[in-house]
Amino acid sequence: MAETIQIQVNGEQRGCRADATVGDLLRELTVKTERVAVELNLEILDRKDFDHRSLKQGDRVEILSFIGGGV
Amino acid sequence: MANDRLIIAGREFKSRLWVGTGKYKDFAETKKAIEASGADVVTVAVRRVNITDRSKENLLDYLDPKKYTILPNTAGCYNVEDAVRYARLARAAGVSDLIKLEVLGDERTLFPDTAGLIEAAKILIKEGFIVLPYTNDDPIVAQKLVDIGCPVVMPLAAPIGSGLGIRNPYNLKIIMEMIKVPIIVDAGVGTASDAAFAMELGADAVLMNTAIAGAQDPIAMAEAMKYAVYAGRLAYKAGRIPRKLYATASSPIEGML
Repeated sequence: MAETIQIQVNGEQRGCRADATVGDLLRELTVKTERVAVELNLEILDRKDFDHRSLKQGDRVEILSFIGGGV
Repeated sequence: MANDRLIIAGREFKSRLWVGTGKYKDFAETKKAIEASGADVVTVAVRRVNITDRSKENLLDYLDPKKYTILPNTAGCYNVEDAVRYARLARAAGVSDLIKLEVLGDERTLFPDTAGLIEAAKILIKEGFIVLPYTNDDPIVAQKLVDIGCPVVMPLAAPIGSGLGIRNPYNLKIIMEMIKVPIIVDAGVGTASDAAFAMELGADAVLMNTAIAGAQDPIAMAEAMKYAVYAGRLAYKAGRIPRKLYATASSPIEGML
């Protein structure tokens, strides 16, 4: 069993497997990767890198998407 | 009017009415109102995904990106850094380089910070974005935005969501005459006649959200706006008669007893 690390996702603390990637996190959260943007410690990730970027203790992840909005 | 297409940065748009997707009761209503409006460009905001309640539906499940051009905005950004960050996030989440750039200067009026707008636009244009700037009804700022590479200028009619209509038709008219790129009147219209007026002045399109979403019957208002924009465009192309102080009889005098 892999050890657990603490990360921050959309401003909230949560535990996550120490060897998890951003892609793993999105799957765990059941967030579809299409039409989301992910920022890892203020760096915007390319969608094709989600499965290659591993998470570290204290990482700050922001997951954003489109919502209703206007003018 | 069949070939009267709006072209921006090489992209062709069928509708001269563009609509926002905020403030609707639910996604079903959003979808119906957008369909009734005939718009083929819809604006969206970029926000955090709700990771605690994944049962919530996504707006884009209701809007087919093949049918609509999804135009993300930087609404809610009050400085250059935030606006640029949101624009980059929008591009990462989306499929295109289009961004409706807003750099707001004040929470009460939501008036644009035009100095910040120009600065943010320069950065984003350098990064390959197609910047559609929400700006004030200031012809000089409009020209500066064109000079730095904006393919369109989007001056406000009145404060966002105010429904005050076209407050400064003379400035808008000057912008339309001075500026050689399409002008989209963005924000402030309240009802159909405001939209028609904007088009009669020579606007190339009108963008609105609250006037439709906030109406008592948003779907009916969306349809009203479709016809208003169409009628205003036709009237502009037709060329109105000059205003005169006194009457000119329409019926001939000849043949009278």
